[in-house]
Amino acid sequence: MRRFTVPLLVLLLFGVLIGLAYYDKLDLYVQSVLMFMGINIIFGSSLNIVNGYMGEFSCGHAGFMAVGAYVSSVLSVLFFAQDKVFGAPLLPPEYAIYGFPIIVIIAFIAAALTGLLVALPSFKTRGDYLAIITIAANYIIITTIINLDFIGGPRGFMGMKSVIFAMEDVAFLPWMLIWVYIFTILSIWAIYRFVSSTYGKGIIAIHQDEVAAEIMSVNTNKMKLIAFMFSSGLAGVAGALFAHVLGYVNPNSFNILKSTEGLVMVYLGGMGSLSGSVLAAILFTFLLELLRPLQIIKWVVIPLLLIILMQFRPEGIMGNRELSDIFPRLRKFYQFK
Amino acid sequence: MALLEIKNLTQYFGGLCALTEFNMTIEEGDLVGLIGPNGAGKTTVFNLVSGFYQPTRGEIIFNGKNIAGLKPHQVTALGIARTFQNIRLWHEMSVLDNIMIAQHYNLGYSLKDLFLRTRRYQENEKRIRDEAYKFLEIMNLKEYALEKPKNLPYGMQRKVEIARALSVKPKLLLLDEPAAGLNSADVKELIELISWIHKEFKLTIWMIEHQMTVVMSLCSWLKVIDFGATIAEGTPEEIQNNPEVIKAYLGDGKI
Repeated sequence: MRRFTVPLLVLLLFGVLIGLAYYDKLDLYVQSVLMFMGINIIFGSSLNIVNGYMGEFSCGHAGFMAVGAYVSSVLSVLFFAQDKVFGAPLLPPEYAIYGFPIIVIIAFIAAALTGLLVALPSFKTRGDYLAIITIAANYIIITTIINLDFIGGPRGFMGMKSVIFAMEDVAFLPWMLIWVYIFTILSIWAIYRFVSSTYGKGIIAIHQDEVAAEIMSVNTNKMKLIAFMFSSGLAGVAGALFAHVLGYVNPNSFNILKSTEGLVMVYLGGMGSLSGSVLAAILFTFLLELLRPLQIIKWVVIPLLLIILMQFRPEGIMGNRELSDIFPRLRKFYQFK
Repeated sequence: MALLEIKNLTQYFGGLCALTEFNMTIEEGDLVGLIGPNGAGKTTVFNLVSGFYQPTRGEIIFNGKNIAGLKPHQVTALGIARTFQNIRLWHEMSVLDNIMIAQHYNLGYSLKDLFLRTRRYQENEKRIRDEAYKFLEIMNLKEYALEKPKNLPYGMQRKVEIARALSVKPKLLLLDEPAAGLNSADVKELIELISWIHKEFKLTIWMIEHQMTVVMSLCSWLKVIDFGATIAEGTPEEIQNNPEVIKAYLGDGKI
């Protein structure tokens, strides 16, 4: 029985959310907050693969999000929307429903390949030096985008809204909410499966003692490559969803500040805790909205909270434990497999 | 054919010569030792054999194959396992995980199987887990399977590290100062453990050790190096009375 609890809950939540949204019981503002929660969950927990589980310090995660956002935006406008630069859509817009998941997967691949930019230097360096390399990678990506005129350069790129409208023309459903939900669940599922396998635990071994990992037959270079590519690929998925939820992307929304938000979520939740990252992403998104009336002072209050957290609970909300470690009774009801 | 044959192995670190013209032959089933004063280059030899350094010159032939220049994980997969002078376990993971992760060379499933949780994945994960438990039972460590190594006493950690090295089913086991930091009761236990695994697993063992009691009661052949050069070799009794060795350890007596 317990192997069905989680899938059932996931389906139930899906039904409730989509149902509420469909019958206008969930206003657009609440919907957008929920979608940003999902995107932040993907963004935070994917960064946790590298920073938490593998113990490296990547500070340029938003760069990969930018790659995912731009690749997916360009593709979906190219295929499904009328655009000044790209001209008429290559495919009838009503195919957008089927095309969108494929585009997100391409965004994953593109961002994963960009991940090589930091994976390859990580063979030789780690710690502070790798942190500097990742910041540099973030800047390289942003600067490249700013200098590419055909995707709008510093002005940003738009047109994705019409793709969403095309989906709604086919079936009037809250499509972006559906996509964000599906990809959030898929990402968590994939990360869980990775880090709970003997293969994936190799990256935890690298974290705790890289020399021992190498001598006990873990191919550390290959593991690092896979971890970085997996992590940056998922950031690309987050970027693709982000771009389509907003309907507009701007290179500056993926700068170092966005990367820092990712770090905040990882350290708030606890390094090496998947449920911690999910909780932290929900909490963080919620906090951002709650403090919105404070306007710019918000960016004083949130860092201050982080300082307090580091003072009194440096391991984050969950430490490196999962929900089922803290509440062992939960295991009666579910078991991931 | 010898299991391990090292020919003219030489290693420079910049201008410093850490090892010169080192030769060694180990037959299958041997239990031999490598000794020498601090800084003599003993660990350098182990680091070369296990693949952490690329030798400047020389050959390391293991089972008929030149392994000089291979990566450590490749060397391990070929059948050479080692332990470290300072214990290098994954302290935040359970003892069971420590043993299971050492099966990385022999997982039997791909990334695709991992994400799709195919039958191949399930079967291999089960095999790895069962084998790890069986192995812990042989080593009398089963009751600690779910403990973290950092919570175990030092002597027990040493045993877990040896168990982890054995779990990759090596043909040759390199022990780098296994008795370092152990008290005399633990040392006695360690001697028994090493001679037991030597027989039980029909292993070839090569160890670096400072404590004469360990070396004398275990090794059948010793090699002594100082400043990277071989100064003596022979049975423990011969080595004990060799004037060159005494000089290297204690100085030449002129005050």
